[in-house]
Amino acid sequence: MNLQELFNIGVAARQKMGNGQQRICVCAGASCMSSGAQAVLDATNKSLKDAGLDKTTKAIPVGCMGACNAGPLLKVEADGTVYQKVDAAKGQKVVEKHLKTHAILSDSLLFAETGKAPNRAEDLPFFKKQVKIVLENCGVINPEEIEEYIAKDGYMALHKALTSLQPEEVIGEIKQSGLRGRGGAGFPVGNKWETVYRHVADQKYVICNGDEGDPGAFMDRSVLEGDPHRILEGMAIAGYAVGASKGYLYVRGEYPLAIKRLEIAIKQARKLGLLGENILEAGFKFDVEIRIGAGAFVCGEETALIASIEGKRGTPKPRPPYPAESGLWKKPTLINNVESFANISPILLRGAEWFSAIGTPKSAGTKVFALAGAINNTGLIEVPMGTPLREIIFEIGGGIPGGKAFKAAQTGGPSGGCIPEKFLDTKVDYESLSALGSIMGSGGLIIMDETSCMPAVAKYFMEFCMDESCGKCIPCRVGTKEMHGLLTKICNGEGTEADLALLEELAPYCRESSLCGLGQSAPNPLLSTLRYFRDEYMAHIKEKRCPAGSCKMHGAAVGVK
Amino acid sequence: MPATLNRASQIKEIPAADPRITKVLQAIKLYQRRPDALIQVLHTAQGIFGYLPLNVLQFVSRELKIPPAQVYGVATFYHFFSLKPKGEHQVVVCTGTACYVKGAQKILDQLAADFGLKPGQTTPDGKLGLEQARCIGACGLAPAVVIDEEMQPKMDASKMTALVTAKTGVAR
Repeated sequence: MNLQELFNIGVAARQKMGNGQQRICVCAGASCMSSGAQAVLDATNKSLKDAGLDKTTKAIPVGCMGACNAGPLLKVEADGTVYQKVDAAKGQKVVEKHLKTHAILSDSLLFAETGKAPNRAEDLPFFKKQVKIVLENCGVINPEEIEEYIAKDGYMALHKALTSLQPEEVIGEIKQSGLRGRGGAGFPVGNKWETVYRHVADQKYVICNGDEGDPGAFMDRSVLEGDPHRILEGMAIAGYAVGASKGYLYVRGEYPLAIKRLEIAIKQARKLGLLGENILEAGFKFDVEIRIGAGAFVCGEETALIASIEGKRGTPKPRPPYPAESGLWKKPTLINNVESFANISPILLRGAEWFSAIGTPKSAGTKVFALAGAINNTGLIEVPMGTPLREIIFEIGGGIPGGKAFKAAQTGGPSGGCIPEKFLDTKVDYESLSALGSIMGSGGLIIMDETSCMPAVAKYFMEFCMDESCGKCIPCRVGTKEMHGLLTKICNGEGTEADLALLEELAPYCRESSLCGLGQSAPNPLLSTLRYFRDEYMAHIKEKRCPAGSCKMHGAAVGVK
Repeated sequence: MPATLNRASQIKEIPAADPRITKVLQAIKLYQRRPDALIQVLHTAQGIFGYLPLNVLQFVSRELKIPPAQVYGVATFYHFFSLKPKGEHQVVVCTGTACYVKGAQKILDQLAADFGLKPGQTTPDGKLGLEQARCIGACGLAPAVVIDEEMQPKMDASKMTALVTAKTGVAR
């Protein structure tokens, strides 16, 4: 495959997708699939055939469109109309009414229950406020057809890198773009690449961390399911830049659909010579192998993930040496998160300046968030860095359901913290969130209303960290257990002020002396809830009362509000 | 507590003619007996047997030339692997943050009350097993429950028992 051939595939696919061919896109993300998207696809295609429209119109599966709670979603591509909660019968109705008579089924429009649903979904605040880079192909192309990815300039960035840029220039572009690691810590991606590039070795590796272990996060899942080639291309470009010929894609075992689509994507890319030997006839060799995780949160830590790829227990190692110097099988290894890789090809194609103009000076680009919890529009969104939390929650997310009051936004999963109402105008970026005692994390954003009890939330996350602690270092293994015990006492109405003092003494020990990020960040949910919701702790301790009414108190009358 | 491997002589050898073990061997060969394929081979074996019996672990240990202690260590480290047979029907309650906020604990309490099951347990007749998942990534559909690999979105504790019975035939 050379440039001309790649170009021809793109042209042919664009013609197929655009000219004369009408497309009905049915969301086939895991969420919509579990609500019956396959039946919608089948029924719609059957109706098209019955109506004699199947020559010009086709229903195809696409990646996540974002509004997961309204799924399965169906989009009539030509008009931009999106229908929600579609079943087989509704799919048939779309064909009979919308396609044949151009009548909009207004009671089935996305967010119809708000009474303000526009005909074009793009006019909804949910979509209008978003800027899509990582998710630009999700919900637009069929993730199981490489041609559709190529039609959207897929693999052109790889071609550009291989034929007209030196590895140093690729790294320079990524550095200049200001892209920071999207896995949570926010380390500059270009610097990481440069370190791996500088280490001389006979073999180097590129690893994509798709072990999305934070509960409440499903960004990576949606990208892997909706646009798998984007990740493969990003990894191949990284391989070229750092001098690696082998890549591993580590995916959670809980994501069978993502694994299936990646397997298809790898096969297709190999067949077209976009992975394997002599890629794009440019003499570059790179191949990717999938490794399926087996359920261990600690494997999100890079040294633990490497141990897991080597077939061992996923326990971390002290750093240095960093994986960039001695990683997989003691070779220099580059590890980036799924979303980081997804940003690579747009940066190379559109330039570092374009990218760094989006977002804030210190946090360039966009961030994908998974909105969940007590919020009307749960689902997947992408916004420029620096978007205020209030805008994300109340404009894009549609606010809190059931007339309840907002209490806290939880970011960063078990490593993050809870942000209270008074900081809702904070512009989200790496620095602002850590100043509030939370972290950006991988992008899970869980909204809690007045019925959530903050000490119980802290206990929930501590239990998570306690269970997931690999047991290698004592501060984490014992510290999380002790802190969980104290939190349980408090939530049961049996805690004392001495217990609270002990918690505050233990937390910094755990944070400062644990071996890896799991233990170092395990106290964050506790500390951030203590910082902003101390009164709730005191109510549990002194008055034996749970202000949210959710804890069962042993020390006092149950359920007193 | 699962039995340990230290009484290796007491583990009943799995017959080489068992077609299931032939499939495991195929997977081992596919990975060219590389020891780093251990986790991938265990995935395959659990897919075939439904869990990881000790004699299968012993077989994998021998074929990949990895000490039994290491195989056992890996098999017990990861949540995905189970050394005990699972129930004929399996209910998995997601307890990720979004599901937690939306009442996953109430669902677990309801199942405990009606079927006498805590996460990780199976009914004495082996018909129904209950597990909790860390997060199945269906946060937009919280609280989510998976019954026999079929996702049940936006569940409600009060509807839970009837649904389990309808899907699995197991009554409270």
